[in-house]
Amino acid sequence: MATKTISGVEVQVNEEGFMTNPSEWTKEIAAEIAKEEGIEALTDAHWKVIDFCRANAATTGAAPTLRGITNGAGVSTKDLFALFPKGPAKKVAKISGLGKPEGCV
Amino acid sequence: MKTFLILGAGTGGTMMANKLAKRLDPKEWQIIMVDKDETHYYQPGFLFLPFGYYTPDQVKQPKKKFVPAGVEYIVSDIELIEPEAGKVTLKKDNRVIHFDQLLIATGTDIHPEEVEGMLDGWRKNIFDYYTFDGAMALRAFLKDFKGGRLVLNIKEMPIKCPVAPLEFMFLADAYFTKRGMRDKVELILSTPLPGAFTKPVSSQMLGAVLEKKNIKVEADFDIMEVDAANNLIRGYDGREIPYNLLVAIPTNMGSEVIKRSGMGDDLYFIPTNKETLRSEKYENIWVIGDASNIPASKAGSVVHYAAETLIENILSALEGKPLSAKFDGHSTCHIVSGFNKSLLIDFSYDVEPLTGLYPFPVVGPFPLLKESWINYIGKLSFKWIYWNIMLRGIPFPLPPEYSIAGKKQVKSA
Repeated sequence: MATKTISGVEVQVNEEGFMTNPSEWTKEIAAEIAKEEGIEALTDAHWKVIDFCRANAATTGAAPTLRGITNGAGVSTKDLFALFPKGPAKKVAKISGLGKPEGCV
Repeated sequence: MKTFLILGAGTGGTMMANKLAKRLDPKEWQIIMVDKDETHYYQPGFLFLPFGYYTPDQVKQPKKKFVPAGVEYIVSDIELIEPEAGKVTLKKDNRVIHFDQLLIATGTDIHPEEVEGMLDGWRKNIFDYYTFDGAMALRAFLKDFKGGRLVLNIKEMPIKCPVAPLEFMFLADAYFTKRGMRDKVELILSTPLPGAFTKPVSSQMLGAVLEKKNIKVEADFDIMEVDAANNLIRGYDGREIPYNLLVAIPTNMGSEVIKRSGMGDDLYFIPTNKETLRSEKYENIWVIGDASNIPASKAGSVVHYAAETLIENILSALEGKPLSAKFDGHSTCHIVSGFNKSLLIDFSYDVEPLTGLYPFPVVGPFPLLKESWINYIGKLSFKWIYWNIMLRGIPFPLPPEYSIAGKKQVKSA
């Protein structure tokens, strides 16, 4: 298992840079991963989605799907794509430190 | 007498009915299978219908023909599943069946209404090939097609048979070449994936085949709407792709009855243990095939391999033993690449498709991830194997577990 230093903290990641231990995640780490993914600043709208995903994963054990996010967080698909361009489900999972979403086969 | 109820008489339900009929004691168990349709379609054939390679008769047979002796077969819609009460209500005569064990094999359906505007052009110049009617309508349209932009769009994953869109484009390339009009047709594959396929090594190798055949890929394309009046699709990122013919792969969702019964996830697929194939929630409910949410391809080969695990686990559970058989997500796909050639890929939950030989190391005879004639022969003979061996639950001389032997590791870029 590889490790990576994000925002001054060493965390475990997979080969695609997804954190593998959600408990190592912090808000500062989220902000830094977001920058790497091309999102300069995380707004309240971003946090609403990230908080939902963290809470959802805490009960289900996995990052929610795109539909899970739009149904659960009350964000339209269009807004979700505007907030997290190009594959929002994957991008949010990465920023939220939740590992790569399973099941995209 | 106890009841083993099977919902769905498609590939998974039929295969399991045959296995269960052989292994369960008929003095102890009655097996009932329910399906809404009387016709069994050879679904891999839907891909060939639009191009006239198969006749309609070659892809359908009466479902009844594959129901083993001793199994009661009912043709009816299913109204509701009540897992806690252990009962299922059918539409036909409102019949209620109480079950001791339940196998759900209700599959997946396409939902074009999930994309805004798609129904405006549906079956006019927008077609699917995931239904018999869709494939036949597309066949008629292609016959008169004078050229232009053929755009294939994948709305979202998962979809049934994730290699089918590639095969469709390869076959289209061959079809228009044979008709002497390939130069009049632009082929564009638009996909929400970052490349041609879900797994890196094959995505790279299949991407190269697409390029060689002059098939363009619009990757990372998430469709927002169809503008049928202007014949274009629009993505969430603002990209617009004009089309003359749109071949759509709409959202795949589990059956309506799963939705009605509140047993599914966001797409109405049933949460299922990916190793034991038992429902995550109910000890006497099992799920096979497209109806489940396991992270394997939704494909007949997966069902075939999964069935071998499932029958062992069901028998273990009935004897009160732990479920020791584990499904590894094994999948084998033939990818027809046109001009009498095809590629073959073999993978599992943990190991992505690699090059090498299948099913036996060194002797093969089928090369993996490479275009060849012998693979195409393998694909064509598969229709016979499907009707005569697989559906009847006859054991197959292929190992169900994925094996790394005979395969070469390739580094993805």
